[in-house]
Order: sequence, then structure tokens, then C-alpha cells
Amino acid sequence: MKQVNLDSKPNLDRRDFLTKSSVGLAGLAVAPGMILFDLAHGREPGEAASNLVRWGMLIDNNQCETGCDDCVTACSTENGFSGGTKATDSQWIRKVQLKDNLTGRVSSLPMMCQHCEEPPCVDVCPTQASFKRADGIVLVDKHICIGCRYCIMACPYQARSFVHEVITDQKTEVPRGKGTVESCTLCVHRVDKGETTACAEACTKAGHSAILFGDLNDPESAISKRIRAVATTQVRADLGLNTGVRYEGI
Amino acid sequence: MLSKSFSRLETRYFYALVALGAFFVFLGYLAMHTMEEHGHIVTGMNNQIVWGIPHVFAIFMIVAASGVLNIASIGTVFGKTPYKARAPLAGLLSIALLGGGLAVLMLDLGRPDRIIVAATHFNPTSVFAWNIFLYSGFFSLAVLYLWTMMEKRMNVWSKPIGFAMFAWRVLLTSGTGMIFAFLVVRQAYGSALLPPMFIVLSFAWGLAVFHVVQSAMYAWNDKVIDPAVQKRMKNLLGVFVLSSLYLVATYHMTNLYFAKQTGFELFILRDGGIYPMLFWAGYVVLGSLLPLLLLYLPGLGNTKSVVSASLLVIAGSFALLYVFIIGGQAYPLSIFPGYEVNSSFGDGQIGNYVPSIYEILLGVGGLAIAFLITIISTRVLNSLPQDVAVVAAKNDK
Amino acid sequence: MKMVTRLAAILFSVLIATTAYAADKPQTPHLDVGKGGQCVEEPQSMRKIHMNLLKHQRDETMHKGIRGQKHSLADCVECHASKTTNSVLGSSEAFCQGCHEYAAVKLDCFECHTSKRKVTAEASK
Repeated sequence: MKQVNLDSKPNLDRRDFLTKSSVGLAGLAVAPGMILFDLAHGREPGEAASNLVRWGMLIDNNQCETGCDDCVTACSTENGFSGGTKATDSQWIRKVQLKDNLTGRVSSLPMMCQHCEEPPCVDVCPTQASFKRADGIVLVDKHICIGCRYCIMACPYQARSFVHEVITDQKTEVPRGKGTVESCTLCVHRVDKGETTACAEACTKAGHSAILFGDLNDPESAISKRIRAVATTQVRADLGLNTGVRYEGI
Repeated sequence: MLSKSFSRLETRYFYALVALGAFFVFLGYLAMHTMEEHGHIVTGMNNQIVWGIPHVFAIFMIVAASGVLNIASIGTVFGKTPYKARAPLAGLLSIALLGGGLAVLMLDLGRPDRIIVAATHFNPTSVFAWNIFLYSGFFSLAVLYLWTMMEKRMNVWSKPIGFAMFAWRVLLTSGTGMIFAFLVVRQAYGSALLPPMFIVLSFAWGLAVFHVVQSAMYAWNDKVIDPAVQKRMKNLLGVFVLSSLYLVATYHMTNLYFAKQTGFELFILRDGGIYPMLFWAGYVVLGSLLPLLLLYLPGLGNTKSVVSASLLVIAGSFALLYVFIIGGQAYPLSIFPGYEVNSSFGDGQIGNYVPSIYEILLGVGGLAIAFLITIISTRVLNSLPQDVAVVAAKNDK
Repeated sequence: MKMVTRLAAILFSVLIATTAYAADKPQTPHLDVGKGGQCVEEPQSMRKIHMNLLKHQRDETMHKGIRGQKHSLADCVECHASKTTNSVLGSSEAFCQGCHEYAAVKLDCFECHTSKRKVTAEASK
């Protein structure tokens, strides 16, 4: 007859081992993510942008003041363009005045590159000059842009500009040149240093705080908390582009 | 290499025409140089209207290049003898038009010095990147096709190459339509109807160009085209013009039925000033209805009316392309549906476009390149269609 | 025939001689190296491969956002811009322009990038 183990105590050694090792494995699995998560907030020099982060902005139409264009001025100053509004001048951000056709409500908001997750401009660019960086910022690699303007045709937000004339005295961090296409870079040169965008900074300084910049992938960031709390929308959400810029109050 | 000896006068006319063509190519070069040196600020294009007159010329030439090879396809693929005789000329014209069209397109780029980048960096989802392959393949196939038709030993290969050419053309012209069809957000484009529409347009425009060139060649060589062949080809042009009109009408009708597109359609068809004018007077009346009359009215249908009809079709094509390309960009994007908008960047406003002399010269320069290639190649190669009258009149095989 | 051969021989020898003479005395450009000092790579190596280094760095910066590395163009300009004009262009002695003019290679970088050293607000007064 088989010897039955009449020991009333369960085999804690095995359970102990299983518990401890699975906790350890889980810790090993999570730990790298936690470490990288930390690093994402202040990239080391020499570290590449990663898709653990997704940069985005939240624009509050209720806070945005009609007649104020501090964000536009800040953008021109930061990026070194004239700020002119001729049809051939570059505008990376613009204030759009809105009047609701049915209710008559008048408001305004800034419109810039929406940094879509599925950017049409990236789909149509023949040389892949228009590309989406790992952290969600859509950029134009002007080294390989041939100036065909197909991306301008494809952009649903009219966000891109073509440089129509020779440019001199560019800002060191913002190269721009004749014959290439450009658009809002989400102040990538500032973001890479851990700073916020020029427009968000200017809006806060002006006291409106209508532009909130942050990491959409970080559930603890101010922007993520806000979009969890209030109703926000994407412009032309029907296109299914999953924009990184969201709007509140329209 | 000369198939016959030319008289002194003929040679003089030839060199005069070459000089004329070269002069316009030179003007086009000057225009291109100014644009490259100073940037697109010298043109009428701006951030709302990014594709202008050069693209109208370029797309006409590219679409016509594809369509003119239809004449060869009808001969090789569908076995119709009178068209077989015309295949070499069609092939030459096709290469010439494509060369001219691509020249204009590439020279209008913001950075034309980066063509090598375009040829070495490819985005698999971009129609423009596909076009690099489609157009270079088209060129090679067209040259091969010409070789199989002109070199007796290779004649046996002309049918398979002809079939390949036909398939390639369908892909290429659909690709030209897809350039616009993939622009989902623009109310003028983003329609699956555009690839087939461009294919039918290519048939009409290609045949119209062919008629003009063929008639000129016959006239300058003191020859008369067989009336039976002329009749067939002019009727075919009529069929293509009608089919194009049908597809353009379908495109606008379906657009009109979408409530959100109505604003755009009314702009193009009624309220937009120059655009409805060019569309109705330019494309519909002068570019389609009048040619149909010239082609089909009993008593007409002679060479003079065929050439006039063809020239009108070509003029109508420029009108249509102007409305399609530039009108399509002039109407503002609907970024905030349900809102009336305005901004410093043209939101809610109709875009303004006044073509500059540089763009027009660049476009004409492209036509001149096509003209030069045609006139030199037709002189050097044996491409004047030689018909066997009895065969053409009696049967189709 | 003989005369033609003779003429061709003379012409050929003249060409060879002048080329050899020119090779004897290279007229290398005299460059304003700006701040000068120790370059990030050996100068002779730099002359050959600086474009390769820049091309690699530009992809790192553009696509990965890695900035301020050894081969950053902005840092090249920072060092090599003339101390008087603050630019790497502007004359046949300017650092980038001088060599590129001599070698007849078109400079494309400064169509978009600034050729000027970044001058702080205080220094520019």
C-alpha cells in the first residue's frame, strides 16, 4: 500500500519557491520598464527618443482668448521666422477664429501640426522625409525633402508650409531652408532638453494656460490626468488619425 | 538611318522648327533657373495653392503620354491593322510626351538638385515613390516596344511586349489618378472614381494629340490619310470624349449628393468665378461638345475638322486640369465642420492664385521638349504610318 | 597624317607638363580656422570623411533626437566660425567656404543650417 503523507502541514517549500520566483520574475519583467520610464522624463545625452513616451498637447478652447496670439509670436521667435502672414510666408501655428454656425458662439484656438499617430503626410512623402519619430513627434527631415509638396496636399489641418524664398540667419537649433517643407516640430529641440513647447510656455505666461504640453503615455502627467477628467476631442476625429493634439471645449 | 532623302526646303523647315522648339526649351530653362535661384516666391504658388500651372502642363503630358500608346495597343493587343501601322509613331510620341511632362514636374520641385534622393529613398506607401518605378519602367518598355516594332527580327516579340505595355499603362495612369484619390481629406479628391476617370481621359487626350501630330506629318509630307482610317480614328476620338464627359459628370454628380461636399461642388460649378467658367465654357462646351459636333456632324469629319476638334479637346483638357488641380486647392479644407472660420493662414477663405510667367514658360518648355523629341525622332526614324487602303477599308483584321 | 600626329604629340606633352607643374605647387587655400585648437578628429582624416561623419550624425539627431554629440554640425560651426565675422561662410578664407570653393564642391548644409556661431545676448552687444 502506498504510503500516504499524513503530514497536516502543506508543502510550504514548494509554494514558497513558486511564490517567490514568480514575484521575482514579475519584478524582473516590470523593472526594466520602470527604469526606462524614469529615464523617459529626462533623456540622457546619447539616448534615443523612445516610444514609451508620446508627446501631445491639450488646448482648452474655453481658456483661449480671442485676439491674443502670444503662442504665434512665441513660435516665430523661437523658430526664427518672420511672423509675416503673406500667402507665401510660413506659419507653423495660427490662431483660428471660430463661429458656430448653429449657436453663433464665437471663440478662437491655435491650430498647428496635430502630430497624428497615422499621419497622412508620412504616408504620401516619396522619400520618407516626412516621418514620425518614436516619441510621436512628426517631423520633416529636410536633408531628404525634395520639395514636392505632396504632404501639404495631404495634410487635413493645412499645417504645413513650403519655404518659398532664401532664408538666412536661421536659429542654430532650427534649421530651415528654401525649397523644403516645414511644420510645427512640437519644439523638438526644447523637448529633447526636457523643456516644454514655446507656445505652451507663452500661453501660461500670458495667464491663459490654454495650452498644456506633456506625455500622453504617462498616466501621472498633467495632460493625461486632465484628459481623463474632462471631455476632449480631436479635430476631424472622423479621419481616424489619432492626433497627439487634443482640444477641450469644441 | 534616314529612310528617304529630304529636299532642301524640307531640311530648312526642319531646322527652323528645331530652332523654334529649342528656343522655347531655352525659355523654359531660364524660367526654371529663376525659380531654383530665388525660390517659388517668383511663382504664383503659395501655401494654399502648392501645385499650379506647371502641374497642369505636366499632368496633361503624362496622361496623354499614356493615352497615346493606346493607338499602339489597339493594333498590337486588339489586332486592328490600321492601328498597327501607327504603333511606332504612337510609341515615339509617348516617349516624347512623358519626357516633357516629367521634366516639368521634376524641375518644379523645391529641391530639383535632390532627384537622386528621390531615386534612392523610397516610401512604400507613397504613390510618388511608386511612380519612380512606374515611369522608368514605362520608358524602358516603350523603347523595347519601339524596337520590337521597328526591327524586323523582333517583330514576333511585339505582341507580348505590347500586352505588357498595356497592363503597365493601366497601372501607371491609375497611379496618376491615385495621386489625388489618396488625398482623403480634400473635397476635390479622395474619390475612387479618379483612377478610372484618368484612364479614360488619357484615351481621349492621347488620341487627340496623335490626330494633331499625324495630320501635321501627313500634310508636311504631301500625303493624304486614307478616309476610311481617318473616319475610324475620328469616331474613336468621339467615343473617348463622350466617355470622359460621362466620368467627369459622374464624379460631380456623386459629389453633389454628399451634403458636406455641396459647398465645394457649387464653388466649382457655379460660384467660383474662373473655375465654373473654365469648367463649363472651357471643358464642357469647347473641350467636349464642340469637338463632338465637329467629329460627328454629317458633312464634317474631314481632316480640318478632326484637327480642330483635337486641338479643342487639348485646350479643354488644360481647362479641366486647371479646375481640378487648382480649383481643388482653392476651396478651403473643412477642418472644423459646422463652424465658420477665419485665420491668418487662409482658413475658410478661397485661395488666390495668379500664375506667373515663370510657371507658364516652364510648362511651355516641357511641351517644347516633347515637340523637339517628336520632330527629331520622326525625321530620323521611319514612323510615318503607311496604310494598305484596301485592307483598312474592308476588314478589321 | 604625319603633321597631325606631330601636333597631337606636342599638344599632349604640353598638357602633361603643365599638369605636372601644377601638381608641384598645390595652391591649398589659406583658411580662417576660427577658434582652432584640437579638432574632434585628425584634420587629414576630417578632410576625407567629414561628410560621412555628418551624414551619420544627422540621421542620429533627426530620427533619434540625439544631440550635442562629437560630430554635431552646430559644434563644428561653434569652433570654426571666424572670430571676426562669426560665420563659416562669407569669403574665400572662411573655413567651410574656402575649402569647398577650392575643391569646387557645392555646400548644401547652409541652405538650411545657420553658418553663424551662436552668439549670446551679452556677447553680441
